[in-house]
Amino acid sequence: MSVVEAPPTQPDTLEPGSRRSLGSYLRDNEIDTRMVGMIAVLLAIWVVFHFISGGTFITPRNLWNLSVQTSSIAIMATGMVLVIVSRNIDLSVGSMVGTVGMVMAVLQVEWLPPLMGLGNQWIWLITLAIGVVLGALIGAFQGSIIAYVGVPSFIVTLGGLLVWRGFAWLTASGRTIAPMDAAFQLLGGGSNGSLGETGSWIVGGVACVGIIAFLVMGRRRRRKFGFRLRPTWLDVVLGVVGCAVVLGAVWVMNSYYLPENLAIQYAEENDIPIPEGGLQIPLGIPYPVLILGGVALAMTFVTNRLRFGRYVFSIGGNPEAASLAGIKTKRTIVKTFMVMGILVAISAAVSIARLNAAVSGLGTLNELYVIAAAVIGGTSLAGGIGTIPGAILGALVMQSLQSGMVLIGVGAPVQDVALGVVLVTAVAIDSIYRRRAAR
Amino acid sequence: MNGSTANGTPLVEMRDMSVSFGGVHAVKDVTIDLRPGEILGLVGGNGAGKSTLIKTLAGAQRADSGEIFVDGKEVSITTPRDAKAYGIETIYQTLALADNQDAPSNMFLGRELRTRWGTLDDSAMEDATRKIMGRLNPRFQKFKEPVASLSGGQRQSVAIARAVHFNARILIMDEPTAALGPAETEQVRELMRQLKSEGIGIIMISHDIHDVFDLADRISVMLQGKLVGTVNKDDVTMDEVLAMIIIGKMPEEVTTKELEQLHG
Repeated sequence: MSVVEAPPTQPDTLEPGSRRSLGSYLRDNEIDTRMVGMIAVLLAIWVVFHFISGGTFITPRNLWNLSVQTSSIAIMATGMVLVIVSRNIDLSVGSMVGTVGMVMAVLQVEWLPPLMGLGNQWIWLITLAIGVVLGALIGAFQGSIIAYVGVPSFIVTLGGLLVWRGFAWLTASGRTIAPMDAAFQLLGGGSNGSLGETGSWIVGGVACVGIIAFLVMGRRRRRKFGFRLRPTWLDVVLGVVGCAVVLGAVWVMNSYYLPENLAIQYAEENDIPIPEGGLQIPLGIPYPVLILGGVALAMTFVTNRLRFGRYVFSIGGNPEAASLAGIKTKRTIVKTFMVMGILVAISAAVSIARLNAAVSGLGTLNELYVIAAAVIGGTSLAGGIGTIPGAILGALVMQSLQSGMVLIGVGAPVQDVALGVVLVTAVAIDSIYRRRAAR
Repeated sequence: MNGSTANGTPLVEMRDMSVSFGGVHAVKDVTIDLRPGEILGLVGGNGAGKSTLIKTLAGAQRADSGEIFVDGKEVSITTPRDAKAYGIETIYQTLALADNQDAPSNMFLGRELRTRWGTLDDSAMEDATRKIMGRLNPRFQKFKEPVASLSGGQRQSVAIARAVHFNARILIMDEPTAALGPAETEQVRELMRQLKSEGIGIIMISHDIHDVFDLADRISVMLQGKLVGTVNKDDVTMDEVLAMIIIGKMPEEVTTKELEQLHG
């Protein structure tokens, strides 16, 4: 990488010699200090649980499971960010998971096999596509009532919470639908639902190249316009840390092996000789995490790089200004709920695939976890503020707490108390932080 | 000085505009016009209908009846986008800024620059914002911070930059100096004179009669939704305009006694 210092064009460069805090220095260089803080909190949680649990938290096995458990909530939390940023709320996502999940289960178990033949390789894709369309339609329906009829989103989606839960039951008269299509099951990240060692390294490598390309292109663009560049060392640090995190995660995922009996079964099926000392087949990145990664990228792109995302934030910041600027605010609101519906469908697919079954109670209370993840991740319920990576981190923090408490044997009631306290504390700290920052 | 503004086709003419809200006439049969390079002061007490009238021109409020002509041609303005397409830009008293977003995002709100892939071109937008701010308010440096963290004057300059950047031919300013300190007010006044000299027509709503007398070429007065009349600034006194605002009488109708009572 060529080392070119910032051209001394803009007068807003840091005044040399003046003492500045690290925080404001990072902020000037467009680094989200809040996010850095959250990562620190997450690591602290991990270390604390690691010690209390006697060294079982920061292990490939636990982290692998943690990542899978986080996925379905985190996928929805990215959509909830947009909904909340636009000054709305969606209380119906948990029930929508129930309805959409149930429909997808019935489709692949009862409706499609007679039409296409049991085990047809397209069943999983058609099921998923129909689920996504259904999610988008439900979202569009609720969003239209909110935007065009003017019923508050709290009420519409509170109604939706009841309605879609009812439909989840009605779809199969309350039966449990199982097992899922063999290919569909992979979406849930079961013993086969992972990328494997080589595939995981390839994904990690591509992600690293992406991170570096992003940083280099950012510099090039800023140089083209003669803007102040980040100090080169900071960009290098960002690149190195980003790549290290990605490759480290791949390494952890690859350090979790297929359980022994499954490994032996796998070896027998594929005529692999079992070496002395046991067979170690790395699982690699589970598919739900891969899906989450794809969703995170897509949603970040939509939020930061497309007009739609900017309009959502403008509406959240000042709805009147947005409409005076000629933005079609109602249509934009409907779109946010459609995006939410699509993400609900993807999350529902992951959930039923992971459970290998669909029950009418699927997704119960998910709306609260999703909203909590978004809010812990820095989304302001007043609207206008929120980030996609923040929401994913929020989901990860919550799941880490929950998994950690399970590991150290805390009972369910105490877990609920702890999560509730953490939610309120996180938002309280955030409010204080924002008030200080505003001054 | 009225010679230069008294000829040619009006830039904008609003004829017999009426707007009512649930049977109450907010604006009734109002006709005003604006010529190139002219500042028209639009004055009146609270609830006189000034803001409602200009909102119909800005596309933020639909009129029940009336016609709008731009360059002598009748046009239909039903959305803010329509108005902008005719070169009509509005600076609202509230400034209409998305407080959570930075200056470039606000400047291009609804009219974002995009790359050839259809994605937002933030660098190009920041560049354009830096350029126009260099002209309007050279001391402005906060291009990356949410406009909520800017001072009143800085926010005002973002709102003005937004209107000016898109080659406004007709500028509507609702209370342009109400929230500003003396230095900033002078800056805005200077800018208005400059825009006027470039041939832009400005409709200025103001409570401040001194401001209006200082800047406007003509003054239109509204009272209770109706137009009292339009006068050349040079032909009237401040007291006569006050009489129009308060008792709705034109300078030729008003008596000396009534003028004296204004100060009583």
